[in-house]
Order: sequence, then C-alpha cells, then structure tokens
Amino acid sequence: MSDAPETFAFTSENKAKADAVIAKYPEGRQRSAVMPLLDIAQRQSGGWLPMPAIEYVADYLDMPAIRVLEVATFYTMYNLKPIGKHFVQVCTNLPCWLNGSDNIMHACHSHLGIKTGETTEDGEFTLVEAECLGACVNAPMMQINDDYYEDLDSDATKQILDDLRAGKQPKTGSQLERYTCEPLGGLTSLTHQEELRAQKVSEKGDN
Amino acid sequence: MLKDSDRVFTNIYGLEDPFLGGARKRGDWDNTKKLIELGRETIIEQVKGSGLRGRGGAGFSTGMKWSFMPKEVGERPHYLVINADEGEPGTCKDREIMRNDPHKLIEGALIACFAMQAHAAYCYVRGEFYRETEALQRAVDEAYENGLIGDNACGTGWKFDFYIHRGMGAYICGEESALIESLEGKKGQPRLKPPFPANVGVWGCPTTVNNVESIAVVPEILRRGPEWFAGLGRENNTGTKLFNISGHVNKPCTVEEEMGIPLKELIEKHAGGVRGGWDNLLAVIPGGASVPLLTQDTCSTVLMDFDSLKEQKSGLGTAAVMVMDKSTDVIRAITRLSRFYMHESCGQCTPCREGSGWMWRMMERICAGDATPAEIDLLAEVTKQVEGHTICALGDAAAWPIQGLIRHFRPLMEERGAGGQQPAAAE
Repeated sequence: MSDAPETFAFTSENKAKADAVIAKYPEGRQRSAVMPLLDIAQRQSGGWLPMPAIEYVADYLDMPAIRVLEVATFYTMYNLKPIGKHFVQVCTNLPCWLNGSDNIMHACHSHLGIKTGETTEDGEFTLVEAECLGACVNAPMMQINDDYYEDLDSDATKQILDDLRAGKQPKTGSQLERYTCEPLGGLTSLTHQEELRAQKVSEKGDN
Repeated sequence: MLKDSDRVFTNIYGLEDPFLGGARKRGDWDNTKKLIELGRETIIEQVKGSGLRGRGGAGFSTGMKWSFMPKEVGERPHYLVINADEGEPGTCKDREIMRNDPHKLIEGALIACFAMQAHAAYCYVRGEFYRETEALQRAVDEAYENGLIGDNACGTGWKFDFYIHRGMGAYICGEESALIESLEGKKGQPRLKPPFPANVGVWGCPTTVNNVESIAVVPEILRRGPEWFAGLGRENNTGTKLFNISGHVNKPCTVEEEMGIPLKELIEKHAGGVRGGWDNLLAVIPGGASVPLLTQDTCSTVLMDFDSLKEQKSGLGTAAVMVMDKSTDVIRAITRLSRFYMHESCGQCTPCREGSGWMWRMMERICAGDATPAEIDLLAEVTKQVEGHTICALGDAAAWPIQGLIRHFRPLMEERGAGGQQPAAAE
C-alpha cells in the first residue's frame, strides 16, 4: 500500500491519456472528463485517490476542488483510502446470495484472515462487499481489480486467492465448464454453435 | 420457441469472433448506407412500426421517443446517449452485447443518430465492466479504421462519432437524467422533468437516452422490415428479447427469446428447470430487483411481456428473471434488496433518502422475527408514502418489492413475528 503523497502530477503517458479523454467532449465541456481523469489518477496512485490527486485533477480541468471531491465521494469506485494490491469485491446481491455468496464471503474471510472492509497486513488483499456487478447468470461472482471471476464455490475462490498471492494470473470468467453465459453443458439456442462451444470450453479449461 | 433464424444476437455467447470479421459474417454493416438512405422519417416510422419498446425497463416506444427530438437542428447540436450502466440486480444482458456482439450496437447508434440528426453518441458504460469496455472500444476503433463511422460514415457523408464514457459505480446513473448529470461531470442526481432530455439533455442540448439492447436491434429491424419484428410476440409486446435467468435454476443462462414466451417454458427450456422441479418453486422476480415478485401459481401461466406482467401487478423491467425455490428465506431476499436501495439512494429526495433506510431497518426487524403485525401495516403505509413522491423511480423501486412481499407472503411475515420457524438460509 502506498502512503499519502504530498504532491501529485500525471506521468507524461497519463497526461497524453487525459488529453485524449478531454478531446472526446465538446469544447468548453472539459468538466465532463472529471470521472475518467480521476480514474487515471487513481490507477497511477496504486488504486486510491489521495487529496493531492483530487486537487491536481481540479486544476487540470479548471474546476473548483470541492466539485471534484464531490464526484470522488459520490461514486463508489473511487477509493479515498489506500487499498491492497488485489482489490477483492464479492457481490452479495440477490442472485449471488441465492447461489451461495455467503460461502464465498466466508472463504475470503477465513483464507485471507481479514474481515469485510479490511486489508491484509502484507498489503496484498483488500476485501469488500459489492452491490450487483451485472454477471447474475454466472453467480456467485467476485471482481478483483479489472477482472470478473464467476460461477464460484469456496474452493475455486481460495484457489484464485492463492494464485494471486503467488503472482499467477488465475483463469478469469466462469470457473465452471462454461464459455460465457450459455447454459452449462449444452446450448438450447444457436445450436449450430454446439461443436464450437465444446471446443471453446475445452480450450479455456486447458489454459 | 424462437427459431434461430429469427434471432438478432447470433453471437450472444461470444463463441464466434465478436469483432469486425465475425460481425460482417453475421450480416452487420451489410450495406448500412442503404438503410441510411431510407431517410430520417422512414427510419423513425419503421422503428415505430416494429413496436419496439425500450429494453431498459420502462418499455416506452423507441420510435416515439426518437420522434420527440426537434425536427430541425438549431444552434444546439443533438446527441444520442446510450445507457450501458447495467446495474439492476439480476440484469446482465447488455454486458453480452458489448463484449460479444459490439458492432450491432455501433451500427445501431449510427442509424439512430442519423434519424435524430445527431453527430455523436456517448455510450455510458458502468465502470465495473472494464473488459466489456475494452471489447467495445476495440470494435469502435475497427469501425473508424474501416470508414464505417467517422467523418463520412459508411460513405453516406454523415459525420458520426461514437464515444465511450465510463461510469464509476452508482446504480442511480442508470436513470436517464442522473446519467446525463454524470456525463456532465457531476454527481449522478436525477433532474426534475420537464424539461425532458429531448429538449434539454446533455450540455443543455436535445438528447435521447436509449438502452443498449434497444439500439442494437435497430439495424436488424430495418434490414428485415418492421413487419418481421412486429410479427414476433403479440400486439404491443413485439419482437425478441434477451432474458437473464438466475437464482435457483439448474442451468442459469442468458438467452434471446420471443417476447411473450411463457415464464415456465423459458425456465424449463433454457435454464434446465427449477432446482428440485417446478413444484419446488417458491417465487420469481421476473424483471430485475425493482419489480414485485410472483408466486408459483402465477408463474405457471404468466407470459413474459410488458402487458402480461403488468396485469399481474409486476413488470417485465429488464427481463432479468430471478428464481427462488422453497429453500429460500423470501423475507431475507427482499431485505437484501431493501439494503441495496438504501445504499444506492442518491440522497436528493427526503422520502427516498430517509425512507429507503427506514424500510430496510423495518425489513430487518421483520426478518429477525422482532416485528408485530401492526408494524407490517406501518411498513406497507410507508412504502405508499415513498412511492410516487420522489424525483425519479428509485423510490418506487425501493417500495415495490416490499409491497409484493406483503401482498403474497404476509402470513409468513406474521408467523415470523409470532416466533415461527425461519427457513434455513440459502446454501
């Protein structure tokens, strides 16, 4: 985890990204870029937004800092405190809960040795509860950084956490023999793609 | 059952190439210029004639919505804003369009923009959909490189830009005026209407906000003709629809089906049936978290469309079907949704800001067996005081699931308060 820095400025690469984002909006409407710019700043700061980054974005867009702070506090994807290297968000909304998200949460608690909202001492993992992440037919699921891990059970969850701790990239998406959101085991529509499905599922399992 | 030849989303599982090569094979971008040459009025007439109703939940006629835009472009440019802030619990259909069939959305956006004389579409994608955004951006880049969009889109002379704007985690931004506020770089708090977005939308300009699925089906409607789409489903509830079937079914899945398919057939044909068989069904929430639940007897006969579900005092919403079998503590289930609405209330209107928290705390009391029957009456009354008394529909959405629970499961709620057994928690 990074400590709060005293100053913040975009790297030259991120400056170029920020300027490309601003160019998407009509002239004089650069304020529209505040959300993407805060996201760029958050990624540069290791997953959270220290105050100097918020002030920097405000200056960059010629906005009062309070308006930027208002945005940073309204949207849940901005972290105003440091987080671990792996930001684990377990969905517990209805479809995930019906399919056992309590077990997934429990597996995270016991395996990481932390409670919801906490960060492991080594700074590797932060665990939070998330509202519906929009992968409901692949429930239960969790998001870790930019990736979704779906169709989980306790064992799969622990394996994913172990892999990440060991510096390995776990298989993303469904942890069952599913390619995406098709019914498990065989197509009920677009059946001409059945052979393709079997092949894709098998390739995915091999990775 | 819908024939494969009538499906719009022929790569919904992403098994084929989602990008330009695959999209062209599936018929996307096939002589789009000819569709544009139909002209504005014809395009809008045909979309109206297809009977397409908005796929984001409200079910308003898409063609009609387009016709509300000013006929002439004045000093203020027109905009199309695409709502890809998919966050209604149970709903995960737009995600599949964006990552597996993104060109349908981009082509639809071009046609919609031409019809409404807009030169730019902003697609507001929920921030958590990072990989989906990458896929969509890749498709947008391909479309620019191949002259399908840009200064002379498809050789029509029409300038068209497609921009992606990522949200950052706020359910309320799925409400169109909150989404517009957010796109302007503000907190996502809904606006009072009027003025409606067609007059004063993003940056004060005429704007139409449409759901991803509504836009993505438009090219197919124009290619096959509005009669084709209108011939599927039944009157006033036409076309095909993406359904998400989650919860206690053997094989949860997303599937495109004909509007008006019986709920039972949908679950049994595509989702492998209810866990433990149909008789083990307790209740279904048929259209995303905001609509009231249906009990098993209704589920056995109800059709999955706007009007049939409305007749049952529920709604099609986003067509996100959440199935609960008899092991479910249904009071706990609805309590979870109450907590969600409390979390997502933007805080602008007092009845919702205060009411959503109050309703959740009451639901927790009932759930724990600490409430008297009189408190259930009080809760029912409070839902009525929240419903219809807020700027946007989030207040209604917080109230309706509780009203549905009281309507169908009041005896269970009373029994819980009288010391009745709580069912085991879901596994």
